[in-house]
Amino acid sequence: MLSRTADNLYWIARYMERADTSARLLEVGSRISLLPSAHGYRSEWDSLLQASGMAEGFAKKYGDPVQRNLESWLFFDRDNPSSVASCITAARENGRIVRTALTAQVWDALNSAFQELRTLERRERSSLELSELTDWVMRQAALLRGAIDATLLRNDGYSFLNIGYYLERADNTARLMDVKYYVLLPRVEFVGSGLDNYQWTTLLRAMGAQRAFHWAYGGEVTAAKIADFLILNPQCPRSLTTCVAGIANHLARLAKAYGRQTLAQDQARAMLADLEAESVERIFDEGLHEYLSRFIGNAAALGGAIHEVYLSGELR
Amino acid sequence: MLTGYFDEMHGKSGGKAAEVRAPYAKLKNWVQAMPVDLRTLKQAEAETLFRRIGITFAVYGEGGDPDRLIPFDMFPRVFSGAEWARLEKGIKQRARALNAFLVDVYGRGEIVRAGRIPARLVYQNAAYEKACVGFVPPKGVYSHIVGIDIVRTGPDEFFVLEDNCRTPSGVSYMLENREIMMRMFPDLFRENRIEPVDSYPEKLRRTLASVAPAKCKGEPTVVILTPGHFNSAYYEHSFLADLMGVELVEGQDLFVEGEYVWMRTTEGPKRVDVIYRRIDDSYLDPLCFRPDSMLGVPGLMDVYRSGGVSICSAPGAGVADDKAVYTYVPEMVRFYLGEEPLLNNVPTWQCGKADDQKYVLEHLEELVVKEVHGSGGYGMLVGPKASQAQIEAFRAKLREHPGNYIAQPTLALSTVPSFVEEGVAPRHVDLRPYCLVGERVELVPGGLTRVALTEGSLVVNSSQGGGVKDTWVLAE
Repeated sequence: MLSRTADNLYWIARYMERADTSARLLEVGSRISLLPSAHGYRSEWDSLLQASGMAEGFAKKYGDPVQRNLESWLFFDRDNPSSVASCITAARENGRIVRTALTAQVWDALNSAFQELRTLERRERSSLELSELTDWVMRQAALLRGAIDATLLRNDGYSFLNIGYYLERADNTARLMDVKYYVLLPRVEFVGSGLDNYQWTTLLRAMGAQRAFHWAYGGEVTAAKIADFLILNPQCPRSLTTCVAGIANHLARLAKAYGRQTLAQDQARAMLADLEAESVERIFDEGLHEYLSRFIGNAAALGGAIHEVYLSGELR
Repeated sequence: MLTGYFDEMHGKSGGKAAEVRAPYAKLKNWVQAMPVDLRTLKQAEAETLFRRIGITFAVYGEGGDPDRLIPFDMFPRVFSGAEWARLEKGIKQRARALNAFLVDVYGRGEIVRAGRIPARLVYQNAAYEKACVGFVPPKGVYSHIVGIDIVRTGPDEFFVLEDNCRTPSGVSYMLENREIMMRMFPDLFRENRIEPVDSYPEKLRRTLASVAPAKCKGEPTVVILTPGHFNSAYYEHSFLADLMGVELVEGQDLFVEGEYVWMRTTEGPKRVDVIYRRIDDSYLDPLCFRPDSMLGVPGLMDVYRSGGVSICSAPGAGVADDKAVYTYVPEMVRFYLGEEPLLNNVPTWQCGKADDQKYVLEHLEELVVKEVHGSGGYGMLVGPKASQAQIEAFRAKLREHPGNYIAQPTLALSTVPSFVEEGVAPRHVDLRPYCLVGERVELVPGGLTRVALTEGSLVVNSSQGGGVKDTWVLAE
């Protein structure tokens, strides 16, 4: 397969997953800001933008975080490369380039998302409920995912799509969890309080993992349980372990199909081994934020290795 | 109602509408039995299908919606088997002659020595590639896909409007139009015995593989080289790649190393033997042609000339489809094949010649004037349809660079019934068949029929509001 084609497939998945995350961030943010918290919604939104790496661009364009501006920024704004609109447009554009590597159903899902987005953009903003927007994004992401799983040939292209999904999702889960760090940073004494739990629950809800969490752990919601769930538990579809295992699995398939191991496989295996040997206690000892930052860095390095080996076309 | 034109369904227009020429006999009942609301429904269905497949066409320089659809007219255009047999012979003959000419002018130039075509027209032509002199491409083929634009003015009167020896586009419409007609009107295909066209991609692949370079052992690797997804014909490039089962590459996907061209894959470099390029000569290789080209492959021409890769169409093929050289194609047929041309040219005045120029300037109101290097209906004057101001503006341009223009009489292009707002009405059409030249010379029975959907318009270019029709050849 052409390296450029693999690159386009990989980015289709990353962009679609990123659109999904931006929608979830929007939901987390608006829910947290509904809280009668001690330090007002401004800093909540601020933390959220910090964690998602979109704070600087927002400040430059809008200044203070006002709810409506945040909605524009995270959903519609083309100046924000991670906005839902930017991501869906980019995913569809990548799809258009590699139409021949996609089934009609996959293209249809990408194209419909884009066409519907254009309809949404033409609608009166006041007629759009936030929940309607976020639900719509999650539905589009699910439709694409479903079309890929149901119709695409299980060849190397399928692996590149999956690697894109898992890598983006790992990064997003880590960042969403990190929001907690930013939110709580000013007042360490909140840890373990009722407010703290409410925020953790909101986070779970935004990841669509609230029910799953209760099934898996039951009882009281604690920071330790949630960290275990979202970082270490291989049953959680968004956990870092699940994502890294997915990447390692698909990289192994590529190595087998192409008959050669590369540094990408080595890095993925090392990350997975680390996660499997990890415990929540140790993570909290290190500091959740420190741990997550380290993970985000490692994931970026793995992305770099995958690019260098498979997507850049420089392999000899 | 258009009068004075040959209508392919009813014969001479203005004649009795009851008269129907044989190839269209079964369409008469079909169109009569179709209620208006069904027609509207089917038209909408066709549009949805086209949009779903993503077959859209961005118009050069017009901006706007890059996903615009070319209007599809459901009323088919029909040729009898006998009509087609005659056309086919003429098309193949012309494709052979054009290729013989190309081999000759990059070789000894016998036709010029014999004084049958002016040397200036060939060797000083902008499309003449000096980099190709003395090189004979595999099987002696320069133009592997020859698109010949043909118009009709009567039952037996066919004229060639122009030849396209480089990279004629539109074949995806020929294939998709048929797909969609078969899906929407299966009954029509049961009643009429229509020759299939769907073998085109397979024939194209075989043609390309047949001109693999001598250095290639075993099954050749064929690729399509596209300028990229911003190009208006990108859909066609990916469509053909898909149907042929070959990679669709951009310049950045290829590189030259040693004596070969390679593509960058996830498994490492893979050798490429035949490149069906859909980019212009001047962008092929920045080391040989335009140094600013980002679309091409540095070093490609060296590999090509040393027989490491085949390029289709071969660089330099454009000299044969130049509008000034066009006048001499019948001469090529006589010179190389020793035959009389089966397809006629449209009488053409060369504005570079003093006598011709005089005549053209005096008769601008009744002529069609074209830029020699123009394409797609731009830089063109349709005298009878133009305003006085447009004519005067054109007159000034023509006086300034007479050599850049040719003129032809305004032909009474045949019409075919078409679905328009008021119902069914005749509209002017042309035809572009795609002749494949490799080890063999082949033609699928059909082509692209373009239709000028605006009443009275003679410009069928999709960039100027033209539409397309399915083109049938009936089995005898």
